[in-house]
Amino acid sequence: MSMPNHRPQVVYSPAIQAADVRGITFGQAIREAIAEEMERDEHVFVVGEDVAQAGSVFKVLVGLLDEFGPARVIDSPISEAGIAGIGVGAAITGMRPIVDIMFGDFTTLVMDQLINQAAKTHYMSGGKLTVPMVLRTTLGASRRSAAQHSQSLHALFSHIPGLKVAVPATPYDAKGLMKSAIRDENPVVIFEDKMLYQQKGPVPEEEYTLPLGQADVKRSGEDITIIATSSMVYVALEAAEQLAAAGISAEVIDPRTTVPLDRETLIQSAKKTSRALVVDEGYQQYGVTGEIAATIAEGAFYYLDAPVKRIGAMNVPVPFSPSLEDLTIPSAEQIVETVKSVTGTGP
Amino acid sequence: MSEMNQPTPASELDTEHWLHMYEQMVKIRAFEEAANDLYTSAKMPGIAHLYIGEEAIAVGICEALRRDDYITSTHRGHGHCLAKGADLDRMFAELLGKEAGYCRGKGGSMHIADQETGNLGANAIVGGSAGIATGAALSAKMRGTEQVAVCFFGDGALGQGLFYESVNMAQLWKLPVIYVCENNQYGEYTHNSKTAAGSLVGRAAGFGIHAVAIDGQDILAVHRTARIVIERARTGGGPAFLVCNTYRFRGHHVGDIDRPYRSREEEAQWAKRDPLKLLEAWLLKSNQVEAQVFQRIERDVRAAVEAAVAFALDAPYPSESEVDRHVYA
Repeated sequence: MSMPNHRPQVVYSPAIQAADVRGITFGQAIREAIAEEMERDEHVFVVGEDVAQAGSVFKVLVGLLDEFGPARVIDSPISEAGIAGIGVGAAITGMRPIVDIMFGDFTTLVMDQLINQAAKTHYMSGGKLTVPMVLRTTLGASRRSAAQHSQSLHALFSHIPGLKVAVPATPYDAKGLMKSAIRDENPVVIFEDKMLYQQKGPVPEEEYTLPLGQADVKRSGEDITIIATSSMVYVALEAAEQLAAAGISAEVIDPRTTVPLDRETLIQSAKKTSRALVVDEGYQQYGVTGEIAATIAEGAFYYLDAPVKRIGAMNVPVPFSPSLEDLTIPSAEQIVETVKSVTGTGP
Repeated sequence: MSEMNQPTPASELDTEHWLHMYEQMVKIRAFEEAANDLYTSAKMPGIAHLYIGEEAIAVGICEALRRDDYITSTHRGHGHCLAKGADLDRMFAELLGKEAGYCRGKGGSMHIADQETGNLGANAIVGGSAGIATGAALSAKMRGTEQVAVCFFGDGALGQGLFYESVNMAQLWKLPVIYVCENNQYGEYTHNSKTAAGSLVGRAAGFGIHAVAIDGQDILAVHRTARIVIERARTGGGPAFLVCNTYRFRGHHVGDIDRPYRSREEEAQWAKRDPLKLLEAWLLKSNQVEAQVFQRIERDVRAAVEAAVAFALDAPYPSESEVDRHVYA
């Protein structure tokens, strides 16, 4: 490929870099969002295992119990389906529950309540009933937690009409999306990568929300569009740095929500760069990478110089041994190699 | 019931009240018979699960509720919806998939919801609403509204775990929710002697929740018990579990006409305990009402049902633009 001599300066999203904005962690951002919304609306409450006294296993909710009391920060039994059902019933009748499912892997226990109840109530009732409920849970491997505490199952819920699904990558996005999710009239599932809780980033002190369904260009670029979700945004940004050193300018776009999906922004970027790679930590088969790759293939086909590529998690249960687990997750090296192969600069 | 406050005996309710309950039961019976006719004459899409034989439970309990109290219902839910105050017109319209229906034709027989009467929706996942009713009760408690939620479900739902998770939390948090198990003996085509170990009402003992088994054919017993447990829940006394023993007079659904899984003798025995006939006999015997009154009620109700069926048959189907409306609010 021919490389232009004068490249525009790389621009980072304010969710990554912002001068004169305080930095807080992803976990603090989530907590702030929930506390602000609980302050703002007395109908918002949190229910889940170890959310109150323990402040959640990842300590994200520490302090909420003292601030809002046990009637609004409720420790539940280990009854995932039960608390999800309680969330649906409370939401239908005027409350705004935040149901906390400790690990994304445990969402398998709430499938009926989310898929058959929460997602369908508004439609089946002809628009009369609404389910303004947030289900927050985690995704992401690499904590050496083995196959039942490491999965990224957001694609399962993204498949279901009636649910919205958010996969924030930065503290800024996490706060803005959480606040919007709490105010949304629909059931919203938020997947937080548990490896990101200590990740710091710029978050303005002033009140703000982010719309569900608006992608964010995390890093501008010219030669290829890398679409990455959740913690894969950081992996993609790292790869983009390595690629820049090799003279390849990668644009990194974060959809921020898989449903609604901001198809237009993804397609426009692919049209501009003429190449696209999708990176997501869910299993690759039948996953988010497939949906987004198809979206770009359909929407930007005549602008593409190469097939749309994708990298998901390996299609294996997440193994325990570090030497094996690391193989299953998309890496910056894989991204660099794949990008080089489609930009004609690789082996 | 010994630990309860002394209730007002149901027999002290005035005659008008009992006649209203009789009328509600006749309404459900006539509705279901008309639904069956619509099916057999190929005018109704899909199928329906008839409540005939179980009317005393829905009516006896809903008559003890306020209009703003909540119910959740099941696939066999027409009786619950009507007993909570749904209109015949919009019920039939929904069964026929018409836009005038309670769910604009998008829910159908198994999903009727009507927030005006506190009906949070019928659920086709057996036992799927145990959490929803419990959540509605938590919501009522948090909002301080003194509303009560009633969760109707069949004996088949006791095979699913959600019920036990929900009862546990309801009792822990003293939520105003009444779990009403309509034990009609069969889960689809299988008698519950083959599917349920131990006793049904005994399932509540481990949770320490107030539980009682009652004769679901006797509306006096149902209503009297309902008033006690609902009042108790409303005033902070916590949840209750009622097992109402009853019988599905018809098949599992309108197409289940041979019923090879049970005997005609068994059906004949239960037919003697028709809840409408039992109330009628009691009112006659206690000299409260003359026989013509029942005939008049039945005549009026059947005329109303006939008019509602005509309304629904004439009503338009939803426009194509409805298909992707209400996926999201």
